[in-house]
Amino acid sequence: MLELDAVTKVYGSEPPVAALRGVGMTIRGGELVAIVGPSGSGKTTLLQIMGTLDRPTSGTVRVDGADAARLDDGELAALRSRSIGFVFQQFFLAEHQTSLDNVADGLLYAGVAVDARRARASAALDAVGLADRESFRPNKLSGGQRQRVAIARALVGEPAIVLADEPTGNLDSASGAAILELLEGLNDAGATIVVITHDRDLAAQLPRQVEMLDGRVVRDATVLRPLL
Amino acid sequence: MRRSEAKPSPATVEAAALNVASPAARLSTRDLARVASVGLRTRRLRAGLSALGIAIGVASIVAVLGLSSSSQAGLLAEIDRLGTNLLTAKKGQSLTGAEAQLPLTAVPMVDRVDAVEQVADTGTVDDADAYRNPFIPVAATSGLAVQAASLNLPGVIGTEVAQGEFLNAATAREPVAVLGAAAAQRLGIDRVYPGERIWVGGQWFYVAGILEPAELAEEIDASVLVGYAAARRYLGYAGVSEGEPTIGPPSTIYVRAQTDEVEEVQSVLARTANPEAPNEVDVSQPSDALTARAAAESALNGLFLGLGAVALLVGAVGVANIMIISVLERRSEIGLRRALGATRAQIRTQFLVEAVMLAVSGGAAGVVAGVAATVVYASTRGWSAVIPPEAWAGGIVAAVTIGAFAGLAPAIRAASVSPTEALRTV
Ligand SMILES: Nc1ncnc2c1ncn2[C@@H]1O[C@H](COP(=O)(O)OP(=O)(O)O)[C@@H](O)[C@H]1O
Ligand SMILES: [Mg+2]
Repeated sequence: MLELDAVTKVYGSEPPVAALRGVGMTIRGGELVAIVGPSGSGKTTLLQIMGTLDRPTSGTVRVDGADAARLDDGELAALRSRSIGFVFQQFFLAEHQTSLDNVADGLLYAGVAVDARRARASAALDAVGLADRESFRPNKLSGGQRQRVAIARALVGEPAIVLADEPTGNLDSASGAAILELLEGLNDAGATIVVITHDRDLAAQLPRQVEMLDGRVVRDATVLRPLL
Repeated sequence: MRRSEAKPSPATVEAAALNVASPAARLSTRDLARVASVGLRTRRLRAGLSALGIAIGVASIVAVLGLSSSSQAGLLAEIDRLGTNLLTAKKGQSLTGAEAQLPLTAVPMVDRVDAVEQVADTGTVDDADAYRNPFIPVAATSGLAVQAASLNLPGVIGTEVAQGEFLNAATAREPVAVLGAAAAQRLGIDRVYPGERIWVGGQWFYVAGILEPAELAEEIDASVLVGYAAARRYLGYAGVSEGEPTIGPPSTIYVRAQTDEVEEVQSVLARTANPEAPNEVDVSQPSDALTARAAAESALNGLFLGLGAVALLVGAVGVANIMIISVLERRSEIGLRRALGATRAQIRTQFLVEAVMLAVSGGAAGVVAGVAATVVYASTRGWSAVIPPEAWAGGIVAAVTIGAFAGLAPAIRAASVSPTEALRTV
């Protein structure tokens, strides 16, 4: 689903900042991966490179089988519109639009007609438990609800992989736990999800944890889930 | 979403890569319109203010062109009403510079020309002056001409009697006068009372009527008109025909020609009026002056159009400015759209179309305002409002062009916003 091989990323030149110093990682379909690590350890940089928003300084990134380095801007955009969903700490919802339209915009650049976008958005809102909030604008929703709308927007295109950068960072711990539970549920339903968090307790519940430090992966542990 | 976890064979990787590398989908026109109008819909006041400059520029250009077209149309309608088929033949000067005379036979001769429909004439009584009463010193000349006039004069020159009546066969032999519009004003007569008199050439003349202004024969306005017979009998304006004293000669002949024969009549008029000395006759077409005025009015417009163009330029700067601010403020929206799969080109198009929409909404408001101004002003002047298509179409085209130019740099800037930086929390 997503393969990184010897990925490095160096920002700027004076002085150069090495945000990633050789990261290799494979994420398979259906996984739920937590990335943990202190601030500045390169988690966001890693996620942006995974999501093809940025190109690595060296190393290769394969998304959904395609070598990102060989794609131009238009092809990368098409890849993002179909295969990758993003969730951000600050939600980035359009305040003037209803939840339904915010979610439907997740398909805007994927060439889906407006009626189909709306229908699928409605289903996605249902999947995150906000079926009764379709016509609400973000300012009428709680933080946890806003993040659910953002998650529905990331999921609506049924991407190969969902990348979430500290989705619980702006939420109180109860809403944060609920969001993580939602992600687990969506993962159970088949979604491939990578979630950055610096809440180790939350991460500890997830089946695979990748720990970063100074631009390197220092631990990559898969915990076998106990069978019920 | 849950896919086979088996390692994909190289063939399926290649196939997936081909699928993935398919180009980005295009936005439908409707989606583009929705996306590009986000800034306008969410920041209405700001959009309105920044479109104002363009609205003012377009409005002034549309109004200037509309008003000049309307006034021109009004003038042409007036010319049409008065007719362009009126010709005048005046006595001119001889080669030596002395004042020439028209022969007594001039009027019947001109009347005999086939394409001539009507002929009227006046004879200027040079040594008679007109006053309100006998007590005004002679030195204070009134500046009014005293003229003998044929009875059909008002109809031929295209004017009407405002008050009272014109001369008739009976009053033309009596000391009776009809006043041109300006003459009545200068003599201080605004109503015709029974028994009203003025002092003409040392003699009381009764005032029978006052004329409306004669736009094609302004010399009549400042005239006191009397009958030819009265001019001969009371003012000594006489001629000699075959040794016999008779009424005085005409000094101006007014001719209505058939509309499609005006040029022909004009070319023979001098010769017909005075066969012996055609060069001593001045022939003219009074509607020419009005037509020239209609042309002259459009020349004034350049100045106002220039002012409109300056307003448009200011408007363009306003739009560019607001778009640059908008791009800076909406970095996270740009980053999000890129994450959702928008290409650089789509971001560029979005902001370019937004600038064009902004400018066009200003332009449309300007067209409406300019048309309204034209309609209101034209109606107060009694013209029919004429908006030349190039005025409003030009206004819209100008707005589109301005929007495209003003939006280009901000749009390029928006497209170059780095999504990673736009999306960073920091
Ligand atoms: N655009 C940038 N220019 C320069 N340095 C950057 C930039 N983005 C991130 N960095 C640096 O890269 C390092 C990793 O940052 P980041 O990936 O955001 O870490 P994390 O998400 O784990 O906090 C940090 O030292 C940060 O300062
Ligand atoms: Mg981060």
